[in-house]
Amino acid sequence: MKFDILIAGVGGQGTVLASRLLAAAAIKAGYYARTSETIGMAQRGGCVVSHVRIGSEEASPIIPYGTADLLIGFEPSEAARNINRLAPSGRSVVNTRVIKPVTASLDTVTYAIDPINAFIRTNSSETVMLDGYALAEKAGSVKALNVVLLGVAAAAGFLPFDKDDLESIICENVSPRYVELNKKAFNTGLEYKRK
Amino acid sequence: MSVKLLMGNEAIALGAIKAGVNVVTGYPGTPSTEVLETIARNNPGDIYVEWSVNEKVAMEVAAGAAYTGARSLVTMKQVGLNVASDPLMSLSYIGVKGGMVVLAADDPGPFSSQTEQDTRHFARFSNLPVFDPSSPEEAYDMIQSAFELSEQVGLPVFFRPTTRVCHSCSTLEISVPGERHKAEGFVKDPRWTIFPSLSYRKHVQLEAMQEKLSGIFSGLQYNRVTGSGSRGIAASGIAYSYAREVLSSINSDIKLLKVGTPYPFPKELGTEFIKGLDEVMVLEELDPVIEESLLELAALNGGRPKVLGKKTGHLPLAGEYSYELIKAAIAGFVGIPAGEKSPAVPPELPVRPPVLCAGCPHRASFYAVKTALKKQKAVFTGDIGCYTLGNAKPLEMVDTCLCMGAGITIAQGLQRVEPDVRHIAFIGDSTFFHTGIPGIINAVYNNTDITVIILDNSTTAMTGHQPHPGTGKTMMRSISEKIDIYNLLKACGVKKITRVNPLNQKEAVEAAKEAVVFNGPSAVIFEAPCIALFKPSNIQKINEKCTLCKRCIREIGCPAISINNGKVEIESSLCYGCTLCSQVCPTGAIGGAEG
Repeated sequence: MKFDILIAGVGGQGTVLASRLLAAAAIKAGYYARTSETIGMAQRGGCVVSHVRIGSEEASPIIPYGTADLLIGFEPSEAARNINRLAPSGRSVVNTRVIKPVTASLDTVTYAIDPINAFIRTNSSETVMLDGYALAEKAGSVKALNVVLLGVAAAAGFLPFDKDDLESIICENVSPRYVELNKKAFNTGLEYKRK
Repeated sequence: MSVKLLMGNEAIALGAIKAGVNVVTGYPGTPSTEVLETIARNNPGDIYVEWSVNEKVAMEVAAGAAYTGARSLVTMKQVGLNVASDPLMSLSYIGVKGGMVVLAADDPGPFSSQTEQDTRHFARFSNLPVFDPSSPEEAYDMIQSAFELSEQVGLPVFFRPTTRVCHSCSTLEISVPGERHKAEGFVKDPRWTIFPSLSYRKHVQLEAMQEKLSGIFSGLQYNRVTGSGSRGIAASGIAYSYAREVLSSINSDIKLLKVGTPYPFPKELGTEFIKGLDEVMVLEELDPVIEESLLELAALNGGRPKVLGKKTGHLPLAGEYSYELIKAAIAGFVGIPAGEKSPAVPPELPVRPPVLCAGCPHRASFYAVKTALKKQKAVFTGDIGCYTLGNAKPLEMVDTCLCMGAGITIAQGLQRVEPDVRHIAFIGDSTFFHTGIPGIINAVYNNTDITVIILDNSTTAMTGHQPHPGTGKTMMRSISEKIDIYNLLKACGVKKITRVNPLNQKEAVEAAKEAVVFNGPSAVIFEAPCIALFKPSNIQKINEKCTLCKRCIREIGCPAISINNGKVEIESSLCYGCTLCSQVCPTGAIGGAEG
């Protein structure tokens, strides 16, 4: 089994934790896992890409272009920026809430959302788009966006391991204070996709 | 034994603990930082761990520990090694008693560094052996071998992971920590005092040791030859991981040399490798170090095999390698089509350059100085830290950035040539302690009329919030004397010093104005904590008084403020309540729940 997951978002959105949770769940399911992050200079607000490679000890830490099985996009333009790593059979889960870079607010660059969303759909065999922030807020905090998106991916059948295993991994790996919030966020994600 | 997902830096840290390391020192620097942090977090209680004030200090503290027979580790990023190079060069002559590992993490790309320098050159320059891990799991074993080798040969040993090894995670099985290494104690001996006559003798020994090390490396498990054929590939570091993945997908006879210790080059193994080869391709990040060693072996072998690499233009000299780059190089080498279909072209995507966080006090500091210097001829020299990002629009307050501590001194050089221009140097608190102080003393001693702005956010922010001498917190979880920047400047002889909260713009602008007009070196300490150190409060909102003048957006460039559907909005999940936008707004349209 080989399964590669790419996570793309903006610094501060919790992408790194999401990649660690997926890898930990894969290890629990008995697979070999590797992850890698590309993070720029900024503490928050820059592009962040995480690679999760499941199943092969021989794999390098970075997913080659055109081979990822799943893309979890935390922000539409970041999903579009990285979708070339997705395989033709690859699927995506994308949060639709836009995070405008300062450059876009200063009117030096444009951010047109419709062609970006269309590009994601065209280059993905199956796409789930949702307002993840609204669901995370409903679960108690926008900080739980990452776990909401994991819930959606799990309920859509996009992940190679059981959703209950993933839930228990989430509970084991977050601070005890936030277990309830994350449980709720994960289930909000699950239910969204079930509807 | 437990199976865990571990980051390369964590694997290195746990490997060092397993090896019985006694003393660990370092200065934060991406991508090396987590090594020391992980050791501190997993300290069984008998390891001494410190963030030193800079890399030179760290190197010397670690060397002192190794003089006693203790095992020591010093960690830094590649440019930190430049700072530590003075003790390093002499230490290779003096040597050590306990195992000492010098970890210098390289940053091909670069992702967050001033240079793409290759630490393996420092290994060759200083005649010290270097380990170059290709994965986190290899790094875990390798760091243990590095301590053993250091003790065996009585020399410090380099450990050179790159960003992709430091910051990728692997599934690792970690065994229980080993026993702490026992230190004999310092034994007085003329060998510890460097003199020209000793240096000569030591130099002779050191050169002889190079041959011995090359021999040891030929038999070490991190260097090995697999496969067969008339074409060969030599690869090291993360380039080896990419090559391995590429080779698993193509059907071609290739002899592969994996190099885990690039210097001194394992000549015996290399000679065995090139036997029967027509051509060799060398895959390594950053400079052609292995390539040069193979060229040397080929020259001794009548010019065979032909060596292809950076020097022949087959591979780039700059930038990080990738799976795709290596695949294309190997495909060209073995004569198969690369088979890459051209990627789909995305619609116009907004660029997302790194920015100062919403609520970052540096934004307020830069804005205050900008306001104070309006319509005056001024140059703003910057330094290394989050605040280098102050160069971006709309602040544009960083005109130069060279290396740690250089903002204060570059300003002095500029001032000597253009005395009618105002020169203002920005430096963070941790960088100030690192190498800022000599520059201050120099300005006072030579009475150079510059203004130094110290951005004191009570942490080493960019590398992930490490404590420093101004915080009074240590990596041994103890509290020590807080070094007070104000009193330090005063003791250095700076006559005009003001400390002020930059989030109070009126006072901040006033302080900057007064400092700039002061004749002689002056300083302003802007004191406000990094947003990572507290919880947001007083979240700002736009009210009905907004006239859409966009001044808040145009002037301060806060990532929490944007225009959506023709309205200015503040993203509440990003706002920290710094109130800079509210102080900038001309119509009183921005306020918080508390205001």
